[in-house]
Amino acid sequence: MIRKLPLLNKDNATFWQQGAFNNLMIHHCASCQQYFHPPAPVCFHCLSEDVMPKKTSGKGTVASFTINHQKWQPDLEVPYIVAIIELTDQKGLRFVSNIVEINPDEVFIGMPVSVIFEEIDDIWLPLFKKEA
Amino acid sequence: MFNKKNAAKSVAITGVGQSEVGRPSAKTAMQLTIDACKQALNDAGLSRDDIDGIACWPGDNNNGDAFSPVGPSALISALGLKVNWYGGGYEGPGPLAGIINGAMAIDSGLCKHVLVFRTITEASKRQTDKTSSALTNKTVGRDSSFSWQWYTPFNVLSGINLMAMYAQRHFHEFGTTSEQLGQIPVTCRNNAQLNPNAVFNNKPMTLDDYLASRYISTPLRLLDCDVHCDASTVIILSRADIAKDMPNKPIHIESMGAALHQSWSWDQINLTGMATIDAANMMWQGTDLKPSDVGTAQLYDGFSILTLIWMESLGFCSLGEGGAFIEGGQRIARDGIIPINTNGGQLSAGRTHGLGYVHEACTQLWGRAGARQVKDHQVSIAAAGGGPLAGCLLLSRDI
Repeated sequence: MIRKLPLLNKDNATFWQQGAFNNLMIHHCASCQQYFHPPAPVCFHCLSEDVMPKKTSGKGTVASFTINHQKWQPDLEVPYIVAIIELTDQKGLRFVSNIVEINPDEVFIGMPVSVIFEEIDDIWLPLFKKEA
Repeated sequence: MFNKKNAAKSVAITGVGQSEVGRPSAKTAMQLTIDACKQALNDAGLSRDDIDGIACWPGDNNNGDAFSPVGPSALISALGLKVNWYGGGYEGPGPLAGIINGAMAIDSGLCKHVLVFRTITEASKRQTDKTSSALTNKTVGRDSSFSWQWYTPFNVLSGINLMAMYAQRHFHEFGTTSEQLGQIPVTCRNNAQLNPNAVFNNKPMTLDDYLASRYISTPLRLLDCDVHCDASTVIILSRADIAKDMPNKPIHIESMGAALHQSWSWDQINLTGMATIDAANMMWQGTDLKPSDVGTAQLYDGFSILTLIWMESLGFCSLGEGGAFIEGGQRIARDGIIPINTNGGQLSAGRTHGLGYVHEACTQLWGRAGARQVKDHQVSIAAAGGGPLAGCLLLSRDI
């Protein structure tokens, strides 16, 4: 699947690259002990700058999803599933990803998922599959 | 508590203008803009020399692309304006940000008359490039934008992928159905049949047509998406003490909502409430008026689900009950409890993107809407945005 890739910087590199070691890393605050995303040099919960990426369980649930049918670009393979994943590590810790290795009709809100990584160039995209 | 004596009350709308709405138009973006400007100046009884401020959302933010090909700089040059203040820019509380900024410029004493405009030429662009609206075309090379780098790698290539997930969540939490949601595009299409300037005038559509239209991003269909057009819309804002002596009955901006009290995020906000709740709450805190005072509601319908969520956020029904409220369509029809998008909205009149709602609210308040005119009323709402972007205006006409 063709994908637009993100530009790496010191704040976001661990999120996009630690999949090489099978780790889903999310920024975490040592002061208030909460995760926050997207990564930044400051915690948006408590404004502490004592923050660093921390390994998560890589497990979550589907908060919502959509099956995209539209071929926005000529080389796009459709249909595919876009989903908002809420990680089990912390309530409200959500980000958008894709659900793969599943028949689109079988996806549902609340479905347990776990991360897998797709390597493209220097990026390891965190995608999700149904928890076995 | 938000201060009831907010900037809005010192500002009135005194004239409006709109170019032809083409799909596509043969006119250039600047020609459309000039057409709308001259019409609005004439409507307000003002000359070019009276305009001392220009406001626009988003302005020319991306190399003149079709989403916003004309910004304040180009318009000031074309019209030879002498201004005390001007401003544009994408970062703000959604497509009504130009009105909100312009009102603040007047209230702060910088300007007497601000011309607010919005030009869009997505219909002609799509004649040559069907992929022109893909989010991946907003950046060159790798995506370093705060807004999109967390989405485009997962092939979120259109806002609809995000709006579809809001709709899916709404369906899941509240039992909302496609048959209910379809009443929004059907109502807009009905209204467009009485608007000769609407893109889909003379093209009626039924709920069955809606349900038969193909999925773009489930549960949203083609007919849940607004229709591209080429058009420019202008709203003239004037200081209220000057407005009372101008030709049109002043339409006061009774209150504005522009708040964002959640994350600036497409996925960490309240998925069924979004910033619309924050903006709507702020707007109601600035007034003694209530939802039952409102004669028409012109609510963002870039995607139909957003109209439903605005209706809930603004208090026309309870949160989560929007589906049941619009079922059958009677309550939101022109003769219903709260008529919506009386010109056809962006779904059927054309994606003028924001100011079209204000234009139609004023057209109705001034009793100029012809065959689609709803019963006499003094109060209207224009609201636009979705996700973390939301702004709304409570408008009140002098008797």
